[in-house]
Amino acid sequence: MISISNAKKIFKTRHGEITAVDDVSLSIHEGEIFGIIGYSGAGKSTLIRMLNGLELPTSGTVDVNGKVISGINSRDLRKARQKISMIFQHFNLLWSRTVRENIAFPLEIAGISKSERTKKVEELIELVGLDGRGDAYPSQLSGGQKQRVGIARALANDPEVLLCDEATSALDPQTTDSILELLVDINKRLGLTIVLITHEMHVIRKICHRVAVMEAGQVVELGDVLDIFKQPKESITKRFVQQVTEPEETKDTIEHLLNEYKDDLVVKLTFVGESAEQPVITNLIRSFDIQVNILQGKVSQTQNGAYGTLFLHLRGNSDEAKKAVNYLEQASVGVEVITND
Amino acid sequence: MIEQIFPNVNWETMWEATYETIYMTTLSVAITAVLGILLGLLLFLTSRGNIWENKAVYVITSVLVNIFRSIPFIILIVLLIPFTRFLLDTIRGANAALPALIIGAAPFYARMVEIALREIDKGVIEAARSMGASMSTIIFKVLLAESKPALVSGITVTAIALVGYTAMAGVIGAGGLGNLAFLDGFQRSRDDVTLAATIIILLIVFVIQFIGDFFTNRLDKR
Repeated sequence: MISISNAKKIFKTRHGEITAVDDVSLSIHEGEIFGIIGYSGAGKSTLIRMLNGLELPTSGTVDVNGKVISGINSRDLRKARQKISMIFQHFNLLWSRTVRENIAFPLEIAGISKSERTKKVEELIELVGLDGRGDAYPSQLSGGQKQRVGIARALANDPEVLLCDEATSALDPQTTDSILELLVDINKRLGLTIVLITHEMHVIRKICHRVAVMEAGQVVELGDVLDIFKQPKESITKRFVQQVTEPEETKDTIEHLLNEYKDDLVVKLTFVGESAEQPVITNLIRSFDIQVNILQGKVSQTQNGAYGTLFLHLRGNSDEAKKAVNYLEQASVGVEVITND
Repeated sequence: MIEQIFPNVNWETMWEATYETIYMTTLSVAITAVLGILLGLLLFLTSRGNIWENKAVYVITSVLVNIFRSIPFIILIVLLIPFTRFLLDTIRGANAALPALIIGAAPFYARMVEIALREIDKGVIEAARSMGASMSTIIFKVLLAESKPALVSGITVTAIALVGYTAMAGVIGAGGLGNLAFLDGFQRSRDDVTLAATIIILLIVFVIQFIGDFFTNRLDKR
């Protein structure tokens, strides 16, 4: 559906050259929700803008649904953009137009007749849940409602791809979730391919099927969201996964325990899918002469299954504790003994 | 009563002068608006980081705008006498004031247009591009549409300045209320004529301001 090969983007500034995207190759399948995560300045913003030609690669090619975005003339590019929509962090609505007129704008660009525009706009208003707000101006809407207008506008020309540029970063957590649910709903209902960029792992966890992690212009890790949660390889990926699985307070508690009880063990268990259903903790307590203290536990739902983490504090003599860790390792859960360093 | 306060005023000439002032103002405002918007768009689009970024065009336009904006209007009229004569074959009458009025006011308005366009969120322009909008769609449906309140309040300010310019143009023979106040009022020491002309000019200015504010508020949906 989308394939980027060896894409590179170099910006020339007064202070020399900046390589924003450095030799990125990846392919995105039809109908999937593909996330790109990275901190600001990682190049994700430039990368997603290559998909609709707002940025052209310095070298390499970008192909979206058989059209080489990186090499077509401007007339064809404008035509192609009607099928590659985009939504934005700050919504970018025209404040001089009502909700209805904003949604109609891409239809005007596509040269759709007035009567068809009116019909389509009504459908879209209903689809994104903005019934009754059609005549409001953007300034009269909340952030979440503005993004719904943005989404409706993006869907107006029945696109094949929807690009989301930090679409929820300016919204509060609750509104973020409702917008994410809307995106999943659209993905399922319309079979739309969605590419999103974000710096929040929560967004990836909640709606993405696959994820690419970007750092310094390169994709450093790529895979199914559940696999990335299970076994993050790069340190930056681990940090992103921790955003979801380990709140700051847990880290502080663990550090405190490790300093206080130098002989004890703190282990982190990770459960994926079915392993979450075994009575691991019951068996652990019954079979070994140790005290088990649960520090923190969390189950996160991803698009490809559940993923859980559990932090345990094990007290007892060190042999018995080692045996217990051995047992856990046998029981098809991920085990990581956390040490203080 | 009115005749006691304004004993020397010939109301027929006064209305004629008023008509000339309104004629000069209306025509010059209309042409200034068009020229100013064109120049303002050119300045905005060719400036750094914009769609038609072009340093040479920007610098030349910018310098010309600054020069014509800086010349005091009364001097500009004199400087433009040969140009006006070439264009209209005369330097007298209301029409002869128009070239100077427009050349004096258009650069002034162009800068206001440029500032208005710069106020538009870059993200909105990017959004329009991402939808496949053509250049003309971006200009008419995004740039001009989104800056409408600022464009209207800018032309209001310009129109008021133009009323003042027409009075100055009147002094060198363009007719209108300025001409009447100067020749008939000041030079013949008929203070009541000067006063009447001043009051009418003030009324014209108030009406322009009122209309301008009304439309600016109506258009502003932010």
